[in-house]
This record gives sequence, structure tokens and C-alpha cells, in this order.
Amino acid sequence: MPSDRPCLAVAPQGCRTIGAMSRISRDDVVHVARLARLELADDQIDTFTGQLDAILDHAADVEALDLADVPPTSHPYPLVNVLRADEVGPTLSNEAALAAAPRAEDGRFRVPTILGEAP
Amino acid sequence: MTAGAQSAVTIAAEVRSGSRSASSVVDEHLARIEGAEPSVHAFNEVTADAARAAAAEVDRRVAAGDDVGPLAGVPIALKDNLCTLGVPTTCSSRILEGWVPPYDATVVSRLAAAGAISVGKTNLDEFAMGSSTENSAFGPTRNPRDTSRVPGGSSGGSAAAVAAGFAPISLGSDTGGSIRQPAAFCGVVGVKPTYGLVSRYGLIAFASSLDQIGPFATTVHDAAQLLEVIAGHDPYDATSIPEPAPSIVEHLDDGVQGLRVGIVTELMGDGISPAVTARVREAADALAAAGATVEEVSVPAVTYGLSAYYLIAPAEASSNLARYDGVRYGLRVDAATTNEMMVASRTAGFGDEVKRRIMLGTYALSAGYYDAFYGKAQKVRTLICRDFEAAYERFDVLLSPTAPTTAFEVGAIHDPLTMYLNDICTIPTNLAGHPAMSVPFGTDEGLPVGVQVLAPSLGEVPMFRVAAALEAAAPASSTAEVTS
Repeated sequence: MPSDRPCLAVAPQGCRTIGAMSRISRDDVVHVARLARLELADDQIDTFTGQLDAILDHAADVEALDLADVPPTSHPYPLVNVLRADEVGPTLSNEAALAAAPRAEDGRFRVPTILGEAP
Repeated sequence: MTAGAQSAVTIAAEVRSGSRSASSVVDEHLARIEGAEPSVHAFNEVTADAARAAAAEVDRRVAAGDDVGPLAGVPIALKDNLCTLGVPTTCSSRILEGWVPPYDATVVSRLAAAGAISVGKTNLDEFAMGSSTENSAFGPTRNPRDTSRVPGGSSGGSAAAVAAGFAPISLGSDTGGSIRQPAAFCGVVGVKPTYGLVSRYGLIAFASSLDQIGPFATTVHDAAQLLEVIAGHDPYDATSIPEPAPSIVEHLDDGVQGLRVGIVTELMGDGISPAVTARVREAADALAAAGATVEEVSVPAVTYGLSAYYLIAPAEASSNLARYDGVRYGLRVDAATTNEMMVASRTAGFGDEVKRRIMLGTYALSAGYYDAFYGKAQKVRTLICRDFEAAYERFDVLLSPTAPTTAFEVGAIHDPLTMYLNDICTIPTNLAGHPAMSVPFGTDEGLPVGVQVLAPSLGEVPMFRVAAALEAAAPASSTAEVTS
């Protein structure tokens, strides 16, 4: 938990009081936006930082709980490896699968340059 | 119920007997849509021509002596995150605007097989993320009970369509309260079934371990009939429960004699409007008068539901919504490289609330923060399941408010966290995978109040028995005529 970092949020709801600890920084928001393939304008970064900080701050109420020996629940229904018989059934045609594609060519999805671009 | 409107089971009985044509039923509802839809905006698209054609086919089959099904000729509205073959499905997002699915959701196929007739696709908060249906790329839906107010969300269009008499029944989806809260705000019945009871095949994913499709209706009987039609195992959904769906309708008149009902203490205090808790206590008194045992019960971990949910749901959403990349379907904004194209498409296609949750989820799952946020939230989810389990050792069903307040004014809430607080009573059941439903019970200053009935997994029968008893005891104003 990066609770020792100073609050950089500009949006007023970002911090309960000026100078209080922040749970997510402006740099964190820029980083996760890049991971999520989203581009944010400068003012949006400020707004989102404040809003996300307020949400994470609310979620921090679970810190009061002793969870050391509690197992996690990822799903309400304990199903594993749901299998079916390996039989050929109906599937979408190539034409139907490509019908909504923004660009298609020779029965495939067409995209701009991939090779050679920076990671 | 809207003046002159009939319940779904009444319509189906008349159409099946040949005493009324499906075509006249559909025409009547399309006329009501034409009249009031401009002031409500329940729909993203009204499929009038297809509905008339389907009605003519039902009438032809009735005349030929076929069994058309338990929802013969009944108009239904479908939330616009359910895939419909040949009909645009948008999730109220620019990124899917104009997308036409190549297949029907399982629930859509089952409705058609039961004789129901879709009249259109209903508005929602973009990708079902919201509690007011204001976060739609295509404009807000208004509450038919008072058009200055929101219908709730995210299934606000489906709730409003039923409340306005556009269709006697509709389908929504509920990830943290998105069926029950709008049902409460609009004064209709809304059901979140047990996780896995209804196939999610063809429901566009938001948070896969929480999402569940369910009914809206004006009556408990209609909701039960609709649930019976859509429930049951589906091999196309790996999380579908591989058991026959329960019969519910036949138990609606069983009464509540001897049922043990617990009022959830933690959901009756801070943050809940006193008028709403007053209606819940009146509902509890009505159940006691009908023969149920009513006591208060503490379910301590529900107070942490919101915190766990707003880490788990965004985490799952950030993963599910990674598929919108401008490659196979949906919006593409051209750019020199594929990576730039993906960034430009997603930036232009998603609204702010969706971006907020994608970033929150990406953060909660990212290296260094996983244990502190997502991992901890999953453990809290276990505590919530345990506390419910303990409560259901002593009680058959639980009772609480559905929403903390009645419907608020359009534009009244700007802060995301304040909006999220709408779901404090509904979120815990999604985390546990349990069923819960909202039943209209009285009003506050003329606006409907919903009482929530909660039950353990596959406890739909006792849940509906209690709902039927509440409906029978509810003040007449609970389902008053719409004023728009």
C-alpha cells in the first residue's frame, strides 16, 4: 500500500483534506491508462486521479478486518473444468464472423502495421 | 399497472385461447410506445415491424392449433446488452454503435420459443455501469412515475418500459443491483436470480462472476412465469447450473405461514432514508400478520460489500472490456499503427464512467497492488458468503430496503462514489451469488419504495412466496397508474 506518498491530486474530491495521504498518484493514473490503451487529456488525468483516489479511500475500510486466515472467493459457484463431448457442431461462417469487422480482406481481419512499431 | 394494461399471463391465456390476437396486443403496446416514448426514452431501438411480423406468425400458429408457449403473444423489451440476431446491440456505447450480433442470446431464443414478442432494445448505463441510466451514450431514460427523475440503473430502460406500459415484461441484467434498484425506483417487480440459474450466453460481459439476467414485471406472477421460461441449464454457458430449473409459479399461493424472515440490521440504519426503512418495517409487519416469523438478524460483513465490489467488478470489467480493440467489431478510429488505432478507438468509444472503471480495475490487478486491493476484496467476499450462510441457518429469507432512497432528480448526483452508494443494499447478494428481488411496497412523497427479499442459492421458491405475500399486502399506491 503506497500510503506514504504525497497527495498530488488537483481535483478537490481527491483528498479529504489538503495534504492528506493519497492512495493513487497522477503518475499511477497515467500508467494504468497506458496499460488499458486509453489516452487522457491533462485535465482528465487530474479529474480521474481525484475520483479514483476517493473510491480507493472508501474501499480502504476493509483494512480494519483481520483477513490473514480467510481464503479468497473468486466465483460464487465452485465449478472446475466444465467439458463437453468433442463433437463437431455448428459454428459461425467466416462471412458472418467478418460481417461486423471494420476492415476485412481475403477472409481475414485487416489491421494497420504491427511489425516494426515500438512496444 | 398502466391504465388498460394487462398482465403477461392474462395476455398469454387470451392469445392461446384465441379470444384475442397477438397482433392486436402488439399494436396496442406499440401505440402506447408511440405516445409516451418521447418523454421517457426507454428504448435505443423499437423493432415495430419485426414485432408485427412475429405477432402475425403467433396468430397463424394459434389458428393452426399449435401450442405457441406460455408467453404467447406477450410483448417484451430487452436490455440492449443482450445479443439479438440481426438487431443492433449497443450496450448504449459509441464503441458498439450499429453493431449487429451474428447470434441470439440463449434467453432471447427461449423467449421466442415461448411465444414472446420483442418490441425493442432498452437503454442502459453504458456497459451496465451506473445506477441512473444517465451514463448512456444515447441520452438518459426518464422515470415514468415522474419524468424529472431517473429510473435507476443500469437497466433503467427495461424498468421504465414496464412501468410505462410499453411491455408487460422485460429483461435486464444485474451485476450489483442493476435490476432491483431500477425496479424499486419505477415501482415494478425486479428479480436477480441465483447466479447460474439463467444462461449468460449472449449477455455482453461486464463482471462475469457477478452478472445475471433477470425479469422485470408489473406482477410477481408475471416475473415468476418469465423466470421459468428463461431459467435452466445451457451448455453454451460453462457457469450455468447443470440442474433443472425450479417450478415457481405453482408455489405462489402457498403463503408464508411458518416461514422465518430476518430483517438485516446493517441495512436498516446509516445511509438509508427513514421513509424507506419505515416501508420495510411495514412490509415485515404484513408478513408477520400473514403467519411468518419475523426477527432482526445481523449480517455484519454486508457493510463491506461496496468496498469489495468496487475492486472486484472493475477488475473483471477491465479484463472483459479489453476485447474492444477496433479489430473484429465495433468502432475503429484509423491510425498509423495497430497500437495507436486501439488507443484512438477505445479513447473515442468509451464514456468516462467506463474509462474510470477500466482504470480502477487495471490498477487493482496491477503488479504491486494486487494483494492490497483485488486479493483483499476476494477475502472480504468470503466473509460476506459466510455471514449470509450463518443467517440462512436461522432464516428462510431476509428482508431489507432495495435502495437507500426513492428515485432522485436527473442530474442530481455528479460524484461517482455517491452514485455507487445507491447499491449498498443490493451488492452483497451479487458477491454471494444468491437470488434477491425487489417488490413495490408503498411510497414516499408519491414515489415508489421497493422492499428487497433475499434468499440463499436456489431459494427462488421461498423468495417468490414472500414476494407474493408482500404484493397482496402492499398499499394500492405501490403500483399506481403512470402520470406521464
